[in-house]
Amino acid sequence: MSEVALPRDETHPRRFPVGWIVAGVVALAVLVPYAAPDSFGWAKTYPARWIVPISDWLKAFLFWLSRDLSFGLFTFKDMTRFVSGLFGYALEVPKALFSSGITFGDEEGAFHIPRLSWAGLIAAVTIWSYLLGGVRLAVLGFLGFFYILIFGQWDSAMVTLSQVILAVLTGVAGGTLLGILAYRVPRLEGAVVAALDFMQTVPTFAYLVPLVFLVGVGPVSGMLATILYAMPPMVRVTMMALKRVPPELDELARMTGCEPKQALWKVLVPSARDDLLVGVNQVIMLTLNMIIIAAMIGAGGLGFDVLNALRQANGLGKGLEAGLAVVALAIVLDRMSRALVELRPVHGAAAARRRQLFWIGLAALLGCTLLSFAFPALEKLPAEYRVSTGNMWSDVVSWVNVNLFSTADAIRTFLLMNLLVPVKTFLIGFPWVGLLAVVAGGAWALGGWGFALGMTALIAFIPVAGLWERGMTTIYLCSISVVIATLVGLPLGLLGSRSERMHKFLGAMCDTLQTLPSFVYLLPVVMLFRIGDVSALVAIVLYAMVPAIRFTDHGLRRVPPSLQEAGTMAGCTGTQRLAKVELPYALPEIMLGVNQVIMMALSMLVVSSFVGTNDLGKQIQVAISQADPGKGLSAGLAIAFLGILADRMIGRWVATRRERMGL
Amino acid sequence: MRVHHLTTAFAKGVAICGLMGGLMGLLPLAAPAQAQESKDPIIIALHDWTGQHITAHITGELLKAKGYKVDYVTIDYLTGLTAMENGDVTFMPELWATTAGDAMKASDATGKTENLGPLGPAAKEEWWYPSYMKEKCPGLPDWKALLKCGEAFSAPETAPKGRYLGMEATWGGHDPERIEALGLPFVAVDAGTEAAMFAELKSAYERKAPIMLWVYSPHWVPSVFQGEWVQFPEYDAACYTDPKWGTNPDKAYDCGKPHGEIFKYTSAETKKKWPGAYEVMKKLKVDGPELNLMVKEVDVDGKPLDEVVAAYVVKHKGAY
Repeated sequence: MSEVALPRDETHPRRFPVGWIVAGVVALAVLVPYAAPDSFGWAKTYPARWIVPISDWLKAFLFWLSRDLSFGLFTFKDMTRFVSGLFGYALEVPKALFSSGITFGDEEGAFHIPRLSWAGLIAAVTIWSYLLGGVRLAVLGFLGFFYILIFGQWDSAMVTLSQVILAVLTGVAGGTLLGILAYRVPRLEGAVVAALDFMQTVPTFAYLVPLVFLVGVGPVSGMLATILYAMPPMVRVTMMALKRVPPELDELARMTGCEPKQALWKVLVPSARDDLLVGVNQVIMLTLNMIIIAAMIGAGGLGFDVLNALRQANGLGKGLEAGLAVVALAIVLDRMSRALVELRPVHGAAAARRRQLFWIGLAALLGCTLLSFAFPALEKLPAEYRVSTGNMWSDVVSWVNVNLFSTADAIRTFLLMNLLVPVKTFLIGFPWVGLLAVVAGGAWALGGWGFALGMTALIAFIPVAGLWERGMTTIYLCSISVVIATLVGLPLGLLGSRSERMHKFLGAMCDTLQTLPSFVYLLPVVMLFRIGDVSALVAIVLYAMVPAIRFTDHGLRRVPPSLQEAGTMAGCTGTQRLAKVELPYALPEIMLGVNQVIMMALSMLVVSSFVGTNDLGKQIQVAISQADPGKGLSAGLAIAFLGILADRMIGRWVATRRERMGL
Repeated sequence: MRVHHLTTAFAKGVAICGLMGGLMGLLPLAAPAQAQESKDPIIIALHDWTGQHITAHITGELLKAKGYKVDYVTIDYLTGLTAMENGDVTFMPELWATTAGDAMKASDATGKTENLGPLGPAAKEEWWYPSYMKEKCPGLPDWKALLKCGEAFSAPETAPKGRYLGMEATWGGHDPERIEALGLPFVAVDAGTEAAMFAELKSAYERKAPIMLWVYSPHWVPSVFQGEWVQFPEYDAACYTDPKWGTNPDKAYDCGKPHGEIFKYTSAETKKKWPGAYEVMKKLKVDGPELNLMVKEVDVDGKPLDEVVAAYVVKHKGAY
């Protein structure tokens, strides 16, 4: 097997050389504005008078929503406030349970029901982890929560945990119901999928300002933003899971006389249980991703601690400790929910033992909590038992700074002068008509005229909304980061697919990179690479290379052994087999990884603007500080359109490629 | 969770429910009659700098001592005023004339907020450099020295011009205009966040490397790092509006940044709703150097904020 794919022209003979004509038109659109800047100036720089004031319209619309819209008896604002009020009451329950306890009255010494004791919670997590995943998981669960306790992060972690629990419950319930609705009413499915694409690609930051307008500030708006961000995977998974239930089961349900409602809840949903739990796991992870951003509109908890520590003089260690508490929480919850997915039902003695373990855990939890009536130390660990790394991390970073700065600075200058600045200047000076033509041509080659029209409309939003410079800076920063992340991630994924130990190590590294708030490592990066595009690049690459590693590893591991043997039999050396058999076979999967890399890079834009880039993320940051929801939303839309564009183009490419490989 | 607080919140909830219920054909319930002093919690805004956390918590502790319920909420600096107009925030202790001038004017126009007068400390913000840069650029702190010092403050990508780190996009300050009007050989680079900006200052300071950046006070930076502010021509309101003013006859902004008061703001309802609390807020004064010292205790010495605030409140309780 020399090449898996066949050249295109052999399969689709054409009468007219349409391809050449399209290529010619694209080349003209790009080159003419350069060649004749005088008569085609309008095609190079987008004329200011053609800019459509989209952000002003959005702003006016939101002001109207929040100030003037009325349904007669109550206004739109009353409605949003009512909803947020409901969430506020719902939040009181987990908050009382985990973080504040219940106090009757305001006086000193008033009767106080303590929150769940730390000792009880650690014991319960350990026992339940053992129940779900054996000794290994039990050790992990214990260490994770013990770290949170001993480093003095418990109070904040419990504030965060109570919000996470409510957000996850709402996200899972809402997502499942929406998924079922889309499954039951096929007409809605298209609309739901489009809405999901949107919710996932519009950066969460863009809807923070409108949320503050409509809902106010505080834990509730933080939670609503989190739910908006974390729910989409649950909807997708539900739709997919229900479709995958064999039709025989549905028929069986009808034959046994189930009503549609019974068929759904007693047959379909239970048999889709495993897939649904995967969705739950996704919701948990995404919720934890939002901790920092939610803290920016008043959610408090660990996110606030991270942000606050990093502003202080020697706060790096404190920030890192709080950041690692987020990682601990995320990894323990992730592993426990994953173990729940893999848990097989058992019967007889084994089942009895499981029940027993569950009750022991619950008893430990409640027992310790009851004991803390008598021993307040069980409710709140006294400060003298806590430890801290103190200034150690700041000192380490200072040492690195003093000793390695010159090397880092040389790398920075080299990157800046030879790669970043030239590409940025080129892209910002690129004729906008040319950009539209390039996108249209590429989309046409992948999916025909209709597809080309849609994709061009998406990219046209950037010049039309007057976002050219920041939009092109975004494209420049993201494309370079994606290339570097892919170049670093592919070989790592390759190594991971070859050795079990490397696979495990990379898994742990990816988990940490994805859950550690990027702010924590951003500051040391800034100290070495200074404020500007290089620091942003490093931060984006670190975060975005994770899917490149994971998908490459996974794709290569999935190459069927028969195919590998066939390669060996045909006389391939190891390298040849990799290059000619395995990589081509895994390429679609790897490209899906690259697609994810792009999404991740786009989602990092706002964070990168915190270290001084001038991209669309900056536009959103400015919008937040000026309380201008229109500006933020229009930049958010532009980022979403870029994401959808990349996703659709790569999706088309992968589909065609898979088809030709006969998969 | 305080049960007491919950019941009043519940009453408020019932009122909203009643409103919604009206739609469904239920009788709207009347909201409970307003007592002399409302039992609702007073919501104090927290922004993203330590000095403000201290003044906010001082206010909170003083009010708690008078029996009020206090909640804190974290919110972006300028978004806070919008939230106050919506009734989500009751009190903001620090709105700086230097950065929030326009936002305060806009908010005053809505009539939904009230300016309670100055807090006390004088806000100062300007271009700032570490002392060791004086050797590399003789003549500082006078701004005219900068005319020849672009190279000394430069980075590879800005050379031969100097690099000035500011927070133009979020905090304003008109630095690009200032650079142009005064003909300074500098490029204004936006730092994005304060945390990033001071991380770079720390990095440069440890290596005695050149740096010029925006520093404000009250803040921990002037007490941890040796350095001083550049002396630009004194700010005058006309400088920002009238091109003829100042050294450059063709351009505005040929002067330094305004320095001035820090104002306290509250919702226009406060006076009626919590008359006692209103008096405390109105009276509140914090001494500038004392605040600077407290900021240093928290940010540099790592003391818990609550302790620092408690010590202050014990000392000054008598005044309220």
